[in-house]
Amino acid sequence: MYHRGRRCVRKSASGDLSETKRDIQFFKAEENTHVSGGSLLLRMELPSNPEMLCVVRNALSELTAKLGFSEAECRAVVLAVDEALTNIIRHAYHGNPEQPIQASFRRIHEPGDDKSGEALEIVLEDNGVTANPEKMSGRALEDVRPGGLGLHFIRESMDTVEFSRSNGKNQLRLVKILHSEGHQKGS
Amino acid sequence: MKIAARHLDKITIFDISGDIDLATSPELRKALLRELRELKMPRVVLNLAAVRYIDSSGVASLVEGLKASRDVGSRLVLFGLNKTVREVLQLSKLVKIFEIHENEEQSVAP
Repeated sequence: MYHRGRRCVRKSASGDLSETKRDIQFFKAEENTHVSGGSLLLRMELPSNPEMLCVVRNALSELTAKLGFSEAECRAVVLAVDEALTNIIRHAYHGNPEQPIQASFRRIHEPGDDKSGEALEIVLEDNGVTANPEKMSGRALEDVRPGGLGLHFIRESMDTVEFSRSNGKNQLRLVKILHSEGHQKGS
Repeated sequence: MKIAARHLDKITIFDISGDIDLATSPELRKALLRELRELKMPRVVLNLAAVRYIDSSGVASLVEGLKASRDVGSRLVLFGLNKTVREVLQLSKLVKIFEIHENEEQSVAP
């Protein structure tokens, strides 16, 4: 049973997004999402109100630029977090605009192909209903219809995507590796 | 997000600016479906040059508009795609399903 499990997407650190190979795995509940002990950059507590999305986007746009991400990478991270928050608002809280969401942003050292290993870790937490892993696989993009794109955008934009649920909370951990000059991802 | 409507013969042109996200995409969807389904405009053109951001809910509204245009036999045309909008449409792999032009002149041409 993986209904309280974690979904993990890891991508290679080289090549453009369309060529990147991704491993998608489900983890059992007892393997709680690992939150790194890196330095905290920003923490937000916000209501599940769609009007707050632009506030988060603006703050995150500034933060990612200051960390040294390329413009394309900044846009990718902003898109991923926006989509993740949208999913929380729509699916975990069913559109109720007054439920709590916690967001924390840390600079971490993430093992990877890149020499620097510096990365931005984003953890989003909510108290909403449990996400259904079966519905977290996205959909075939050939199927032209509204909706179902958010998870695809998140997976394509981030290097790591992990989902877990414990103690009544959903936790989504996103990691974007800060590449040294010459690497351009997320575009 | 702001939507300003102009009319040119039997064409509706929407000049859209700002962010299209979960908070604002319902307004875009409503405007599109009104022009296409209720008013049955033969062509609806979206000027996206001043759109600063679009997310999956915005793309979904465009797809819904496209489907409505096909249902009623009209055209939904996009132009002025900046880097941000083009990137998201490309990421969605839906860029090919839309009729996209470089500028307004091409978009309203007979």
